[in-house]
Amino acid sequence: MSAKVQVQTTINNEPVEFLCEPRQSLLECLRDVVGLTGTKEGCGDGNCGSCTVKLGDRIVTSCLVLGVEANGESITTVEGLAHGNTLHPLQKAFLEHAALQCGICTPGFLIAADALLQKHPQPTEEQTRFWLANNLCRCTGYDKIIRAVQAAATEITTTKSNGAAQ
Amino acid sequence: MSTTYNVIGTRPVRHDGADKVTGRALYGADLQLARMIQGAILRSPHAHARILRIDTSKAEALPGVYAVVTAADFPPAPADKIVDFGEGDTPLSSLRGNILASGKVLYSGHAVAAVAAVNAHVAAEAAALIEVDYEPLPCVLTAPEAMAPGAPILHEEFANGNVADQIRYEMGDLAAGFAQATLIVERELDTATVHQGYIEPQNATAFWSSDGRIHIWCSTQGSFVARDATAAVLDVPVSQVKVTPMEIGGGFGGKINVYLEPVAALLSKKAGRPVKLVMSRRDVFTGTGPTPGSRVRVKIGVNDAGKITAAQSWLAYEAGAYPGAMVVPGAMTVFACYDIENVLIEGFDVVVNKPSTAAYRAPGAPNSALATETVLDEIAEKLGIDPLELRLRNAAKEGTRRADGPRYKRIGCVEVLEAMKASPHYNAPLPGPHCGRGVAIGFWFNAGLPSSATLSVNADGTVNLIEGSTDIGGSRTSLSMQAAEVLGLRAEDIHPTVVDTDSVGYTGVTGGSRTTFSTGLAVHDAAQMVVEQMKARAARLWAVEAVEFANGVFSANGQSLTFAELAAQLGSTGGPVSCSATVNPKGVGGSIAGLIIDVKVDPETGKTDVLRVTSVQDAGKAIHPAYVEGQMQGGTAQGIGWALNEEYFMDNSGDMRNGSYLDYRMPTALDLPMIETVIVEVPNPGHPFGVRGVGEANIVPPLAACANAIYRATGKRLNRVPMNPATILGL
Ligand code: FES
Ligand code: FES
Repeated sequence: MSAKVQVQTTINNEPVEFLCEPRQSLLECLRDVVGLTGTKEGCGDGNCGSCTVKLGDRIVTSCLVLGVEANGESITTVEGLAHGNTLHPLQKAFLEHAALQCGICTPGFLIAADALLQKHPQPTEEQTRFWLANNLCRCTGYDKIIRAVQAAATEITTTKSNGAAQ
Repeated sequence: MSTTYNVIGTRPVRHDGADKVTGRALYGADLQLARMIQGAILRSPHAHARILRIDTSKAEALPGVYAVVTAADFPPAPADKIVDFGEGDTPLSSLRGNILASGKVLYSGHAVAAVAAVNAHVAAEAAALIEVDYEPLPCVLTAPEAMAPGAPILHEEFANGNVADQIRYEMGDLAAGFAQATLIVERELDTATVHQGYIEPQNATAFWSSDGRIHIWCSTQGSFVARDATAAVLDVPVSQVKVTPMEIGGGFGGKINVYLEPVAALLSKKAGRPVKLVMSRRDVFTGTGPTPGSRVRVKIGVNDAGKITAAQSWLAYEAGAYPGAMVVPGAMTVFACYDIENVLIEGFDVVVNKPSTAAYRAPGAPNSALATETVLDEIAEKLGIDPLELRLRNAAKEGTRRADGPRYKRIGCVEVLEAMKASPHYNAPLPGPHCGRGVAIGFWFNAGLPSSATLSVNADGTVNLIEGSTDIGGSRTSLSMQAAEVLGLRAEDIHPTVVDTDSVGYTGVTGGSRTTFSTGLAVHDAAQMVVEQMKARAARLWAVEAVEFANGVFSANGQSLTFAELAAQLGSTGGPVSCSATVNPKGVGGSIAGLIIDVKVDPETGKTDVLRVTSVQDAGKAIHPAYVEGQMQGGTAQGIGWALNEEYFMDNSGDMRNGSYLDYRMPTALDLPMIETVIVEVPNPGHPFGVRGVGEANIVPPLAACANAIYRATGKRLNRVPMNPATILGL
């Protein structure tokens, strides 16, 4: 066992300090050290996307990032998507479109899709499929996930333009 | 005659939805307990070897290590003990043997020892310090090789070498049937070993308490089966084990068997602490049960009218290290969609040096349907008949007898074929050159098995539902909807909870497409009891003999109370109402599924692009159509991955060379188009709402449908799945 390192971060808009071993991944730190188990581990080697979180302004597979690399960074996990008890439009769309079956891939898809919609507010089906190709889902065949993301995109842009018009 | 429902057929938001989109839902690996430590498993690098010596002393001496176990830590039991926990008789030695090897290792990835330590990193370091001396033995990796004379033998005690079991189904007069045929086509097709690919790796946490009780928290399709198997492996009474099912991240049949639960329990007993074991992705590929690779021959004869006169099949399935290759369902389903008089089916369950296989969505059926449905495609082409029309001329109907014995009750084969024929997809032109359209159909039995449920009425007019079926894909909701329908409530008035094995009556696995059917029946029956008891309360209140109940309102003599109004008065009319039902239903209804698929094959690279897909399935009655569509889309996507790309790529030494998601390469969002669905509803007379179960039949047609589409695109009839670029280009 090696000496632990202190890491200072902002997680879901709150300052969080934790101690971790240099070999611990960010995923492990989030789940086992900080206790945020909403981010899931499906493979541990960057190939399933279920551990996707936002680190700074990009999305990463947190199993491939070391906890110590997050020092000074701001992180968003699935636990930080909703505003209090109000679900994010993506979360609502996933429920309304039955875009999850077992739900283990859902946190990763939500974070990845949120980043997609920030970059492309009205993505085409092709853009959506390309962006989400790093997130594996074995239950749904993706159909309802793609539809949910597109519905959320429409919902967000309509709400925004209504807001702007008023 | 069609029944109108208030709740059934609608699409409410699932009850566990908010927890699952916010990250609050607790899956097995999310569990944290006070004083909990973590474990690691040491696995065999050899596909076949004798274990000469295991020395755990260095691992035990590593600081931070609490316990090390091997097969020697299983309590002594008679060598020939047989156990049966509802899945058929299994020798205890093979059940234990797959969990921790003793004597020999039989596949690369076979668990040999386990360590529990202060954290998973230290446990992994310690596992690497365990010394095992092996005497490597020659290995055998495919069924045809394992059946050949002189093949290396896995289990010396078996009477027939590596053939663990043989079956034979015979009906009519095969020779006479083939003599009537004017066209006979025979083909032999191989399929590779593939994995269910659930995204959540197996995990189990156990605490063996000082009072002797063992508490297990795990990701399982069946908490009672996990309990019973763990008890059998550890040779303790079932009442000594309590299983709390955590949320489950996919299973598809692969999370019925136990791998980690007994090991975590043994480690916990030694360490005196709760022990958590979580598999790595490579462990999942190499140490759990994939579905069998196979070789299947099918020979079919038809007359000029396109009527099948005889059909014959020979099937050899790779069981992996221990018997149980699902060749029986493969053989039972090979001609299950058709009405054929003269049939001979022979099946062989063959052990090979690969992981011991497990169920995977309609286990055994996709392998055999591949052969039948491609042979029929060839026959349709040669006769110049539309491939759906050929199937319609031979479709199984009510009263059709299968070669393995049973006659069908009402079955939706014709309806599914008609729906395929009428679909917009089937009537649309293909988009251009190098494109092809394939069709295929498939059958799956669906299962019954026991289920239990309890309903308790709350004073505010809602109802708590306690059940034991682990919820893999929305079953809390499909069950709540059935309760709501009977009680005249809304789906959201029912609060479902999946509980541990101490807290509900026996409930079989979430598998065999049975949960909405069987647990649904338990819920339905309990709800009817609630209605009867509530009627009695209303009768007492109104001092009348008979009370009517319809659409959520109790009434008699012009007086009426809604369900909620009466629920508020239960306290003053005799106390709370709660009712339980346990069922063991017999009226299972089989399901037929069909697939239409358009592909484009690049003649230079051999890469197949999927252009359009339509999945058609007889649901009996779709309780929650969105989740029925989800099952159809999911099964179709898995079937396409199986058909086009997935396989265990083993080297000659039996080592899996693609044991990661990167290299195993399941379909991504970019590999698939939208998956159109057509739900056919031919009600199952054995269920009050007509439910058949929809989880599995949808994976049966894709292998053959893809093969047929590739043929139409390339003119090549391939004899091997996966039909990847190398196979297509003949490399
Ligand atoms: S767990 Fe990080 S990508 Fe799979
Ligand atoms: S919903 Fe199960 S993996 Fe996506």
